[in-house]
Amino acid sequence: MEYILIFIAAVFVNNVVLAQFLGICPFLGVSKKVETAAGMGAAVTFVLTIATIVTFLIQKYVLDAFGLGFMQTISFILVIAALVQMVEIILKKVSPALYQALGVFLPLITTNCCILGVAILVIQKEYNLLESVVYAISTAIGFALALIIFAGVREQLAMTKVPDGMKGTPIALITAGLLAMAFMGFSGIV
Amino acid sequence: MSNLKILMNGIVKENPTFVLLLGMCPTLGTTSSALNGMSMGLATMFVLVCSNIVISALKNLIPDMVRIPAFIVVIATFVTVVQMCMEAFVPALYASLGLFIPLIVVNCIVLGRAEAFAAKNGIIPSAFDGLGMGLGFTLALTLLGAARELLGTGKLFSLTLMPEEYGSLIFVLAPGAFIALGYLVAIVNKLRKA
Repeated sequence: MEYILIFIAAVFVNNVVLAQFLGICPFLGVSKKVETAAGMGAAVTFVLTIATIVTFLIQKYVLDAFGLGFMQTISFILVIAALVQMVEIILKKVSPALYQALGVFLPLITTNCCILGVAILVIQKEYNLLESVVYAISTAIGFALALIIFAGVREQLAMTKVPDGMKGTPIALITAGLLAMAFMGFSGIV
Repeated sequence: MSNLKILMNGIVKENPTFVLLLGMCPTLGTTSSALNGMSMGLATMFVLVCSNIVISALKNLIPDMVRIPAFIVVIATFVTVVQMCMEAFVPALYASLGLFIPLIVVNCIVLGRAEAFAAKNGIIPSAFDGLGMGLGFTLALTLLGAARELLGTGKLFSLTLMPEEYGSLIFVLAPGAFIALGYLVAIVNKLRKA
C-alpha cells in the first residue's frame, strides 16, 4: 500500500515536471513529436532508475560511512555523468536496437535536472532502497506521461493559427501552464 | 569587444532566460516571490563568475578530452560553497529555495558559458561575461518573481500594494509560473522586434 501511495503521489500529485519544475529543458526541447517524446521518456526511466540505486548506495556506504556529506553534490553529478556514458557504451554492445532507439537522448540526460534532483530528494526524504527505486520509477513515469501528453498537444498546436508574438516558446509555456492546472486536479487524492 | 559590451551582451542581447531560454527549471521553480527569484539569481551569479574565472585560468592546463568533467567539478565545488554558506547564514531562504541550490550544477547557463566563453577567453573578459550573464539571469528571475507575487498576492518584496483579495492564487502556484513566463517571453519577443 505504501508503495502504491508513493507511486500515485509521484506520477500525478507531485508530477516531476508540472509541479516540481524538474526536467523542464527536455520537456520544452524534445516535445514536438509524440515519438521522440516517448523515446526520451524511456531513456529517462532507464537512467533515472539506475542512477538512483547507485547514488543511494554511494550515500549510504561511502559518504555517510566516512562523514563526507559535503561531497554529495560533486560526487553525485560525477557518478551520474559517468553512468550515462557507461550505459551508452554497454547498450551499444549489448542491444544495438535499444541503442538506436535511445541513442540521441542519452548524452542529453546528464544535464537533466530530474536525475540529480531525484537522487538528492530520496536522500532528503530518508527513503530505504526499495522505496527509492519505486519513487525513481514513478517519477520517471510521471515525466514520460507529462512529456507525451504535452507532445500530443503541441502536434495539434502546430496546425493552428497563433498570434505572431506568441509563436514558439510563449504558447508552449502557456500550454504547459494549462496542463499543470489540469494536474492540480489530482491534488488531495493521496 | 570591450568589457562593458560583454557585460551588456549578457544582460540584454543574449539574456539567458528570455532570449536563450536556458536554465528553465530554477526560473520556474524559485520565482514564487520577487525575493526568492532574486536570491536564486544572485546565487547563480556567484557560481557563474567564480567558475568562469577559474576555468579561464585553468584552460591551458585542462586536456581537451576531459574538459567537460573538469568543468563540472569546478562548478560543483562553487555550488557546494554557496550551499554551505546559505545553510549557515540564511537558513530560512535556503529552506525555501531547497533543492534548486544543489541543482545549479546542472543549470545549462553555467556549463554553457564555461564551454562557450571561459574556455576561449582571458580571465578579465570571462569574469565580465559571468557577471553579465548572472545579472541578466537575476534580472529575469526578479521580474518573473515580482510579476507572480504581485498578481498572486498583491504584494511586492512583501510590501502590500493591493488588497490581498485582488490577487489570484494561481500565479503563485505551479501553473502560474508557466503562464507568467509565457507572457513575459512574448512581451520580450515583441519588444525585440520593435
